Amino acid sequence: MWDFILDRAGYWAIIGLMMISLYIAFSAENLIKRLVGLSLFQTTICLFYVTLGKVTGGTAPILLKEDLASHYAPSYETPLQASPDDAQILAETSERFADLVHTYSNPLPHVLMLTAIVVGVATLSVGLALIVRIREAYGTIEADDVRALDIETAALQDAEAEKDLREATV
Amino acid sequence: MILEALLVSAPDWAIRHSALLIPVVPMIVAPILALSPSGRLAWLITIAATAATFYFALLTLGIVQSVPGGIISYPIGNWPPPIGIEFRVDALNAMILLIVSGMAFLASIFAWPTMLAEVRKEKIGLFLCAFLLCVAGLCGVAATGDAFNLFVFLEISSLSTYVLVAMGSSRDRRALPAAFDYLIMGTLGASFYIIGVGFLYAVTGTLNMADIAAQLPALTGNRAVQVGFAFIIVGLGIKAAMWPLHQWLPNAYAYSPSLVTMFLAATATKVALYALIRWLFTIFQPDYAFEQALFYWVLAPLGIAAMVICSFQAVFQTDVRRMLAYSSVAQVGYMILGISIGTAAGVSAGLLHLFNHALMKGALFMAVAGVCLTYQGTTIRDFAGLGRSAPFTMTAFAIAGLSLIGVPLTAGFMSKLQLGYALFDHGWWWAVLLVVFSSLLAVFYIGRVLQSVFFEPPINPRKHRKEAPLLLLVPLWILALANIYFGIDASFPAGLARDGAIAALGMEALP
Repeated sequence: MWDFILDRAGYWAIIGLMMISLYIAFSAENLIKRLVGLSLFQTTICLFYVTLGKVTGGTAPILLKEDLASHYAPSYETPLQASPDDAQILAETSERFADLVHTYSNPLPHVLMLTAIVVGVATLSVGLALIVRIREAYGTIEADDVRALDIETAALQDAEAEKDLREATV
Repeated sequence: MILEALLVSAPDWAIRHSALLIPVVPMIVAPILALSPSGRLAWLITIAATAATFYFALLTLGIVQSVPGGIISYPIGNWPPPIGIEFRVDALNAMILLIVSGMAFLASIFAWPTMLAEVRKEKIGLFLCAFLLCVAGLCGVAATGDAFNLFVFLEISSLSTYVLVAMGSSRDRRALPAAFDYLIMGTLGASFYIIGVGFLYAVTGTLNMADIAAQLPALTGNRAVQVGFAFIIVGLGIKAAMWPLHQWLPNAYAYSPSLVTMFLAATATKVALYALIRWLFTIFQPDYAFEQALFYWVLAPLGIAAMVICSFQAVFQTDVRRMLAYSSVAQVGYMILGISIGTAAGVSAGLLHLFNHALMKGALFMAVAGVCLTYQGTTIRDFAGLGRSAPFTMTAFAIAGLSLIGVPLTAGFMSKLQLGYALFDHGWWWAVLLVVFSSLLAVFYIGRVLQSVFFEPPINPRKHRKEAPLLLLVPLWILALANIYFGIDASFPAGLARDGAIAALGMEALP
């Protein structure tokens, strides 16, 4: 039982962080805090992916000397360009990496997360820019106050429309 | 017929790269617009770019319909899938690409008068840049065959959408909190999607959709697959405004600039729905036990709830744009209900309604944009008496409104009829009753506006006879006439929807 839990410590941490950040993103009244929660959520996803890419006993995915000699063949360039046959390239690729001496972690999730980090930064900056504009327009960045001001605006508009209506009928 | 003429006349490079060029053209043009010194120049370039996108979408549709197997596979950078990213277009994508690019084209034509009224002059170039990025993102989502690439395009379209919605703040500051709420919800949706893809990647070791589909049958009963499935459905459900995940939508539609509302209403939720269909039917198969349960216990009840509850909410709105936004959620409910039947007929009905809904909501929001432009108001009271002061705009509004209700001889009737047939064949006759009931509610909320437009005297004496500008009337009437034409002869959209449904249900694995 404890082995089961401790073996997956990384995943438990990710689940915990995910729940906390989701709660912040939904419940915080301050818009900046909400954005912090959102950012944390995205970071947790990065952690999740990086955890997926880890192979037990694997090292960083850069070919070490022993593997390099046998796998960085000069013929590497030619088949990719010369033969457009997809099946052949696939077969050659998997063949080339079938008998590596060392174990490597999977680099693909890291690469994916580079993209996700860029997306996260873009989201954060758009969100912060929006908060600046909200602060200029409302004078507050508390979600409750913004909502109260909106309700006020709606009431004012209704009153104005009523006035128009009365003027028109008179 | 037109498609064949296009195919014959198209140059060789256009035919070879058309699938890729659909998202790439607006994406490359967008930064140029941001640098454009004059707003008018930027607008003309936008029209050219969206016209080119539309042309390539038509070309792609033509190719898809003419090649054996009906699939275009475009390996980006010539890396063979599943290692490289693949653009994969079949009848289903081609239909969505056609809707998105066609709506983008019509929207960019009427952009000029509404932008002059609602966007500050020096911002027009940037505004159009964000618009084109949104087009590029939506087209990319529809064209790609790679699960992670779909996320990236989804975020491109979403990020530009947040900016576009916030641009409405020069007219009403409530656009800002609306955009912020949308940002939180939209990002959470995309994040959920990416978590789901992560689970599937952990099990299958691939991100290519066709490859995932090929590996899944061997993994029956795998818990990670089911968890990933759940995450993906919730994430895309938020993006598609599936009830009850639609809370971001009414405010975002009500306060954004008219151009943005029209374009988003006609395309954004559609593209998310497309992704949902792709995952539900092509990658996962409808005969998986957990998907059967999802259809029966989740999607069908939620679709019906959206249809009924949001139609009720629409009846009580005083702002026409808000009313139409709630109606949009209700219409998404029809599509979800069609999908949840799980048969080719059901998916085809859902897709046909998706197509028709783009036509009618596009026309409705365009007409509202015309009113917003000339009379500076979007409440039902502002609409009073407009039947006499702006007859052309309001007749088109009425046609699209009748189509939304589902009056015979309009496009909306055709898709509801198809949905009804599909439901009957599946034995869900009670759902047919609910569809009819929800259509009755549509009679109420559209009828309220129409009554105010045609049978009430103008309340505000300041209002005089003034039509919307011609640049708006032309695309508006194109859409309105399309609503009637496809209501009489539905063979073109119905054919698209049928082919799309067949493609969705039977996409073959990689050779």
